[in-house]
Amino acid sequence: MSVEATVGSFAVRMQKVCKHFGAVHANRDVDFEVAVGEIHALVGENGAGKSTLMHILSGLHTPSSGLVEVFGHDATGWGTNAAIAAGVGMVHQHFMLVPTLTVAENLVLGREPVRGLQIDRVRAESDVRTLAERTGLRVDPTRTIAELSVGEAQRVEILKVLYRGARVLVLDEPTAVLSPPEVDELWTVLRGLRAQGDTIIIITHKLDEVMAISDTITVMRDGRSAARLATANTTPRDIARAMVGRDVALALDAVPRAPVEHTRSPSTSAAQVAVSASSSSEAALAVRGLTVLGDRGNRVIEALSFDVQPGEIFGIAGVEGNGQSELLDVIAGLRRAESGSVHLGHRDVTAFDVRSRADAGLSHIPEDRHRRGLILDYSIAENLLLGQQHRFRSRLGLDHARIAEHAATQVQKFDIRPPDPSLAARTLSGGNQQKIVIAREMGRPFSVLLAAQPTRGVDVGAIEFIHAQLRDARAAGKGVLLVSADLSEVLALADRIAVMYEGQFACLLPANACTAELLGPYMTGASQSSAA
Amino acid sequence: MTTPHGNGMLMRAAQALLAPVLAVAIAMVVGDLLILTYGESPGTVYSLLLEGTWGNAYGFGQVMYKTMTLICTGLAFAYAARAGLFNVGAEGQLAAGGFAAAIIGLLLPAATPALVAVLLCTAGAMGAGAVTGAVPGVLRARFGASEVIVTIMLNFIVLALLNYAVASHLAVPETLHTEVMQAGFVARLGTWLPAFAGSAANFTIVAALVAAVVAWWVMFRTRSGYELRAVGLQPDAAEYGGVNVPRTWLRAMIWSGAFAGLGGINFVLGYKHYYEEGFAAGSGFLGIAVALVGRNHPIGIIAAALLFATLSQGGLAVNALVPKQLVDILQAVVILAVATTVPEVQRLLQRAASAAVRRKSTEQPT
Amino acid sequence: MILLAFVLQTMRIAIPYLLAAAGGVISERVGVIALGLEGMMLAGAFGAVLGSYYGGNAWIGLLCAMSAGVIVALILALCTLRFRANQVVVGIALNLLVIGATRFFLRLAFDSASNSPRVEGFGGEGSGLGVMASFSNPIVWIGLLALPALSWLLWRTPFGLRVRAVGEKPEAAATLGVPVRSLQVRSLLLCGVLASLGGAYLALDQHQFTDSMTAGRGFIALAAIIFGRWMPMRVAAACLLFAAAETLQIQLQGAQLVPSQFVEIIPYVLTIVALAGVVGKSVPPAALGKVS
Repeated sequence: MSVEATVGSFAVRMQKVCKHFGAVHANRDVDFEVAVGEIHALVGENGAGKSTLMHILSGLHTPSSGLVEVFGHDATGWGTNAAIAAGVGMVHQHFMLVPTLTVAENLVLGREPVRGLQIDRVRAESDVRTLAERTGLRVDPTRTIAELSVGEAQRVEILKVLYRGARVLVLDEPTAVLSPPEVDELWTVLRGLRAQGDTIIIITHKLDEVMAISDTITVMRDGRSAARLATANTTPRDIARAMVGRDVALALDAVPRAPVEHTRSPSTSAAQVAVSASSSSEAALAVRGLTVLGDRGNRVIEALSFDVQPGEIFGIAGVEGNGQSELLDVIAGLRRAESGSVHLGHRDVTAFDVRSRADAGLSHIPEDRHRRGLILDYSIAENLLLGQQHRFRSRLGLDHARIAEHAATQVQKFDIRPPDPSLAARTLSGGNQQKIVIAREMGRPFSVLLAAQPTRGVDVGAIEFIHAQLRDARAAGKGVLLVSADLSEVLALADRIAVMYEGQFACLLPANACTAELLGPYMTGASQSSAA
Repeated sequence: MTTPHGNGMLMRAAQALLAPVLAVAIAMVVGDLLILTYGESPGTVYSLLLEGTWGNAYGFGQVMYKTMTLICTGLAFAYAARAGLFNVGAEGQLAAGGFAAAIIGLLLPAATPALVAVLLCTAGAMGAGAVTGAVPGVLRARFGASEVIVTIMLNFIVLALLNYAVASHLAVPETLHTEVMQAGFVARLGTWLPAFAGSAANFTIVAALVAAVVAWWVMFRTRSGYELRAVGLQPDAAEYGGVNVPRTWLRAMIWSGAFAGLGGINFVLGYKHYYEEGFAAGSGFLGIAVALVGRNHPIGIIAAALLFATLSQGGLAVNALVPKQLVDILQAVVILAVATTVPEVQRLLQRAASAAVRRKSTEQPT
Repeated sequence: MILLAFVLQTMRIAIPYLLAAAGGVISERVGVIALGLEGMMLAGAFGAVLGSYYGGNAWIGLLCAMSAGVIVALILALCTLRFRANQVVVGIALNLLVIGATRFFLRLAFDSASNSPRVEGFGGEGSGLGVMASFSNPIVWIGLLALPALSWLLWRTPFGLRVRAVGEKPEAAATLGVPVRSLQVRSLLLCGVLASLGGAYLALDQHQFTDSMTAGRGFIALAAIIFGRWMPMRVAAACLLFAAAETLQIQLQGAQLVPSQFVEIIPYVLTIVALAGVVGKSVPPAALGKVS
C-alpha cells in the first residue's frame, strides 16, 4: 500500500453505514474510524450491531448505504475475497475450522503452496512454523483441529487470518471461550502484533477487557455509534453509560427483595465453595455432589452441591461455558449425571425423566429457545402445549377445545403479540417468542423454576415483563434458579449469587453484599490473587 | 393442527398447495416437449390419457387399483417423514407385506370365515411390513445409522430373500408366484358394481382409506402425533418437552412399515390371491413422490395417489401415440419439481410472513 | 488357469463398481449424497450405445456416455445446490427419471421396449479368456486407475484439500474464499463422468443396451463407498471384494453350495453392519447431505 493511501493514517474508516435485514435495522448511520497500528475496542450490548458492522467490513454483508474505506481505498460493498486481499481478516466467534484437517491444512486452505500439481506440504508446514514463531501463536502444524484445546484452536484462527496477510485483524468476542491464562496469552500476542504495525479491532462487551487491551474505543448502542473514546482518558463507568444510554447505576439499583434468611455471611474465604448448610427437606431444589461429564467426556461439573429455597431467586453468574448449561440440563433431566443427586422438595428426582420432573413441579425456561424452548413451525397454541401434552388428553387423542381455550387465555394473560394462537412461533419477535415459553412454564403449577438466560435477545419491554414475572414467582414462594451471562441481571434479581467457574462455585454470596466489582474477579477465576 | 382458525391456517394451506401445483405445471411443460419430439400433439395425448383413465369404468377401476397401493406407500413415507426420517424402504416393506398375506392365506384352512381370514392376512401384511420397518428403526435409534442407507440396502436384501423363498421353495413350477390361497379373498369392485367389471379394483381400497383417516387422526389429533411431529421438526425441543426421541423414531418406522405392508393386500387379497415376484415393483419409490406431492398430509396423499395412479394407467392408454414410458419421465419430473419448489416456496412465504408479523407487532404500542 | 479366469472375471465385474464408486466418493466427499449413481450409470450405458450406434465407433460412444452422465449430474447440481432440494429425494427421482428416459428414447431411437441393436465395442473379444478384450479397452484402464488417482487427488492436491474441507465444514471453507458452490458443481460433474463410464463399460462390453441394465450396480457402488469409509483405496478394496464374491458365486453355480441370492446380499448386509458400527463405525463426511 502506498504512502498516499495511508494518509490520515486510518486503517478503517466507515461513514454513515446503514444495514437493514428486512424490517430490522442492524446499523443506522454508523461512523467508525480505526487508526493504523492501534488496538480498537468495539463495544456494546448484545444486538447493538457490532457484529453486523464488522461483517460489512470483512465483506460478508453489503451495506444498505454508507461508505467504507480501508487504507484510504473505497471498499464499500466488497466481498470476502477482496477484503482478504486488502488485508482485512476476521476471526469469528464460532470457530471456522475444519475439524478433520490438520492445522497446516486449515491455514493454507484456499491459497495452498504448490509444487507441480501437488500441495507443497513441507513448505506449508514450515510457513506455519515460521509464522507461529514470529507471532508467538505456537501450535503444532501437523495436528488435526479435533485434537486441539479451545485456546489452541483460537490461535489457529488468528494464524489463519495472519497467514493471509491480514494487517487489519477483527476479533469477534475472542475471550468468550478462553480461560484467564489463555486470555492473558492472547493479550500478549495482540500487543506483539500491534508492535509489528498491525491494526486490531476487538469486538467485546466486557469492560475489563476494553480497559486492559484497547487504545481507542467505539461504543455502539441500538445500531448507532454512540461514542468514540480514548481508553487512557476514560473510565469503565463512562463506557457503560455510553453502552446503556443512561447511568449504569440503574442496572445495580436495589430492588425490593424478599427477606433472605438462608444466606451465609459473605466472609467465607474466596475460593471456598459453599456447600449447603440448610436442611435439604425444606429446600425447593437441592443439588448434592453433582459430577457431570461434558460432550467431550471431560468433567464439566465437579462435586457441586447447593440449595434453592422456596421464595428465593438463586442467581448463577459466570462466563459462559463454565458448566452452567450442563448443570441446567442435568437438573432438567436432559443429561445424565456421573454421580450426585437432584431433589425437588423432599423427592429425589435423579432417576426421573423430563416429564416426571415436570410433573413433580419443575418448570424450565431453556437457554436456547430456538433450539429447545420452541418448535418454531408449531403454532403458538401448540407450543403452549410442549411438555404438557399428556395433560390435554381426551378419550381419543388430544382435547382440542381445551387446548384452544388454554391458548386464548395464556396469550391474553402474557400479552403475546400478535394475539392469534394459530400463528407459527417462527413468525413472532424474540420477545414474544420468549413470552410463549414463559407463559407455558410459569402459567402452570410449579415449585421450582429454572430460568436460563431468560432475557437473551428480547427487547426492553419484554425484559421488564420477564423480570416482573420472576419476582412474582419469588413472592409466590417458588424457588427460582436464575442462570444468566448478564451480570447486571443477576445482580438486579437474585437473593443469593454464586459465580460458576470451571464447573464449581467460585463464590456464593448474599446479593446485598455483591457488586459487579466484587464478582468480576471470581468470574475470571482470578479471585485468589485479586482478592488478596 | 386445526386449532382456532386464523392467518396461520391460511398461510399454511397456501404454502401446502402452491408448490405441488407448480410442480405439476412444470411436469406438464416437460411432457409437452417430449410429446412434441415424438411428433404428436400434446392436447390429443392428454385428452386420450384422461379418456383412458377417468373416461370409462374399466380405466377408472384400474386407477383405483393402483391408487390403493400408492396411498399405503405414500402414508408410509409421510409417517416416517413427520418424525424426520426418510423411509426409502417401502419397496421391501410392501413386498414383505404381500408375501406374509399370501403365506397366511395359504396356511389357513379353506373353511376359515372370510372376515377372520381377511383380518388375519391383513394383520400379517402389516406385521411383516412393521418388522421390516423396525430394523432400520432400531439401527437408527440404537446406533444412529442412517435410515436412508439402511432402508435402501434392506430393500435389496428383502427382495433377494423373498426371491429365494419363492423361486427355490414356494413357486408353482414354471412361474414366479406361489399357489393360490385357501382363504382371505377380498371381493373386486366389479362383483358389486358391474361397471367396474374386468378391472383389478377391489375393496381393499377401503382399508387404504381407513388407514389414511387413522394416520391423519394419529398425526394431528393425538398426543403421539404431536410428539411425532415435534421430533421431526426439532428433536432437541421435543426432548425438552419430555419426548423420548429414539423411541419415537422406532415407533414411527414400525408404523411406517406397517402402512407399506398394508399395500400388499391389494394385489394378494383383492386381485390375484397369490404372491408374485415384483407384484408392485416401483410402488414403494412412487410412494415417496405421492407423499411429497401430498405434502405428507393424508388428504394430500389420497389426492396425489390418484394423480400418480392416473399417470401410470394413462401411460397404457396413450401407448399407441407415444411410448407409455413418457409417464415414467413425468412422474420423476414431478418429484424433482416438488422437491425443488417446496423449499423455495417455503422460504419465500416465510420471509413474507415474518416481515408482515414484525410490522404488525412493532406498530402496536407495547 | 482357473485363477486367471477368476481374476479376469472379478475385474470385469468390478470395473463398473470401481468407476461408479470413484464418482460417488468425490460426490459424498464434497457433501452431496451419491444416491443418483445408478441413474448416472444407466444414462452412461444408453449414451454409449447411442453414440457407438450412430457414430459407428466406441470412442464416440464413450463421449456420448460422458455427456449423458454430465447431464444427469447437472440436474442433480441444479436441484440440490441451486434450489437446495433434498438430496435423497432428488437422487431417487433421478434414478426413476433415467429409467423412464432411457426407455422412452430407446423406443424413439430403436423402436424397441427392451434392447438396442448390436453396437461396436472396443474389440478384442474371442481371444482366449478375454485378456486382450480387457487390455484393449480404455475403460478398463480408467476403472483400475480411478480410485488410486482419486486418492492422490484428495490427499495431495489443492483441489482435494478443498473438496475435503467443503464436505466437512463448507462455511469454514467459504470464509477462506474457497468457491464452495463451484467446487461442488465441478465435483458432481466429475462424478457424473466417472459413473457414466461405469455404465458405458457395461453396455459396450455387452454390445447393446438393455432396459435397466445397470440392475442396482450404482447401489452396490454406494455400499462399497460406505463399507470403505469414504477412503478411496478402501473403497476400491470393497468393490473388488464384492466383485470377487459374485465371481465365486457364478463359478460355483453348478455346485449349488449357496443360493445365489445369499451371495447377492453380501454387499448390502456388510454395509448395514458397517453403519451400525458393530466393527468400527463408518462415519460419513460431516456436511454430507446438508447444503445451506
